[in-house]
Amino acid sequence: MAIATGNPAGTVGGGQAGSASVTQRYYRRFTSVERVLHAGLMLTFVGCALSGLPLIFADRPWAATLARILGGFEGAGLIHRICAAVMIVVFVTHVVMVFSKAIAGGRLMRILWGPDSMVPQLQDGIDIYRNFLWFIGRGPRPQFDRWTYWEKFDYWAVFWGMVIIGGSGLLLWFPVFFSKLLPGWMFNIAALVHGEEALLAVGFIFTFHFFNGHLRPEKFPMDTVVFTGRISEHELKAERAVQYARMEREDTLNAALAPAPTEESKWFGWVVGGAALLLGVIAIVLIVFSVLT
Amino acid sequence: MTRAIRAILFAGLAATTAAYAATAPAPAPAPAPSVTDTCLMCHADKDAKGAAGKSIAVDGVKFGASVHGEIKLKCTDCHADVSADKLPHPDKLKPVVCATCHEKAVKEYAGTVHGMSRKGGNAVAATCTDCHGTHDIKRPKDPTSPTNHLNLEATCSKCHGSDAVVAKGKLPGGNIGSKFHDSIHGKALQGAARMSAPECSDCHGTHNIRPKSDPQSNVNRARIPDTCGSCHKPERDAYVNGMHGKLRQDGVLAAPGCTDCHSAHAIQQHEKPLFQTEVIKECGTCHADYLSTYRDTFHGQVTALGYSRMATCASCHGAHDVLPASNPASKVSKQNRLKTCQACHAGAGANFASFDPHANKHDKARDPIYYYAAMFMEFLLFGVFAFFGVHTVFWFYRELREKLVRGRKSTGGYQGKERH
Repeated sequence: MAIATGNPAGTVGGGQAGSASVTQRYYRRFTSVERVLHAGLMLTFVGCALSGLPLIFADRPWAATLARILGGFEGAGLIHRICAAVMIVVFVTHVVMVFSKAIAGGRLMRILWGPDSMVPQLQDGIDIYRNFLWFIGRGPRPQFDRWTYWEKFDYWAVFWGMVIIGGSGLLLWFPVFFSKLLPGWMFNIAALVHGEEALLAVGFIFTFHFFNGHLRPEKFPMDTVVFTGRISEHELKAERAVQYARMEREDTLNAALAPAPTEESKWFGWVVGGAALLLGVIAIVLIVFSVLT
Repeated sequence: MTRAIRAILFAGLAATTAAYAATAPAPAPAPAPSVTDTCLMCHADKDAKGAAGKSIAVDGVKFGASVHGEIKLKCTDCHADVSADKLPHPDKLKPVVCATCHEKAVKEYAGTVHGMSRKGGNAVAATCTDCHGTHDIKRPKDPTSPTNHLNLEATCSKCHGSDAVVAKGKLPGGNIGSKFHDSIHGKALQGAARMSAPECSDCHGTHNIRPKSDPQSNVNRARIPDTCGSCHKPERDAYVNGMHGKLRQDGVLAAPGCTDCHSAHAIQQHEKPLFQTEVIKECGTCHADYLSTYRDTFHGQVTALGYSRMATCASCHGAHDVLPASNPASKVSKQNRLKTCQACHAGAGANFASFDPHANKHDKARDPIYYYAAMFMEFLLFGVFAFFGVHTVFWFYRELREKLVRGRKSTGGYQGKERH
């Protein structure tokens, strides 16, 4: 990805009345590979969710309808396996990238801590506490560095989910092969956790991740940052003042300047991201309806 | 008279008759009108009506072609209270008494479900004429007879396939005609093997149709395996040696018989996906726990969606020859289990058979690891949803409030600047 260096391409005219400046700077938040990985994860996740949910709610009429739409048990099974295989590629690519980047930069330990680490820190505990204080009107809205605690939770929920669901899914996909290595009860556990963990993942992503990332009042209806890769200076200052201040201190702000989001990336975000949002919300309605009735 | 003399006399008679028939193509007019002709003087009129306004027309040609016409019965042989010498006869005649000739059949009929219902006041219960007709009665062998093998379904369905009659007579089993017509037997009756396909009377009998509660009935619960077995012998023998059949021999009449899984009249081909997936529920009527744990597995989920290319109960346990796992001959016994898995999972390793296809997340003794894993997953789900549920509700409230307050003071939020 081309890194802009403070040239006018990094700014854009306009901005709403009442905003602090007439021009808007953008900073890179996600690399293009990260955006592709998120898009791949998003699409395969929706694919796996829609083709897998009919099994979990097999006794509901909508499940049979959905399965029929997806080509019956054979068709849905094929979609599920294709999406799963692509998701595994996404996962492996991500892990390889994290380590290769850290090794190349000679900063292996930055995986474990520091502002770019996804590993929960003491600061995250403090942030949860301060955020709840703000929720109940007992404190100011806390400011965050690059990754908030809920973003880390989203990340690990998906990371752990892919290990558990992916691992158990492979067992269930190739039972004859794995039966030569593993005892039979492992398949019982695999089937159990595959379904339960999937329900957790679907239930979490399609509600809390959607709310945290997109549907809450400040972001509604969608935050396209994960599709465009760029965050506006205004938003960076307003929500991640800690990160902004740190980058100012480290003098890395200019290096992170990026051109304004392209129309294509915004369009992709609105259409594909919106479709995923819509499908997710439908899935949640069906799940909640099935669980309650 | 010896047999030889009788044969000679009969041959002579036959020859004479044949010669007469050959030389006289048109029958000579009878010297005096027969009784039947006398009756037809009035009754041949198609529009003839009795005092009550009901048609009294009789088709002489049809009667002539009927089995009774064939053997030259006179009208008065059945309508015995009419005499050709005393005409006109009274308006109201006594019911025809078929028993005059058909003593055995009528006696049998009296003890049947039809005879007893009629005696009990059920006006729609079938009598002789409802099945056999009146003046046009044919031998069952005759393809036009309502009691012919190929016509009996339609004849019984006049009542048992009519919603109106079923409702009026409170006939047991509802509209059986439509169920039977689409069943494997009903379809077979329309196909190439129709002459050997069973119709109603093959299971229920003819003049001896008895209610299924009657121990003598062919369709009595205890006798059904033998009734079906009269055609399906290998299945009947397998059933008798299977657990369900053995329970029956031990006096447990509640143990399932043929119709519990296959139904009585709506029997479907067992390879059909609908039968394959529906019959699972039948097993579940007794084995509810096992149905429920089966539904927790991939096998059970796929079949619940209506796809039969997946293990059903019978795939592992067998059907007619179902045996408990403790029996070494059972398909799910320790000795045979792996082979049973391998029927679908070719090449499955020995560990395969230690998978529990009925693992129960509530049964700690049966599957302790599974039990605790399920409990862990439940806590995990509950914990995550509870924490983020609360988190989200609070967050939504606070953020919306701040946004609304800020909205009143200025026009912008902290996002949305890039929107034009």
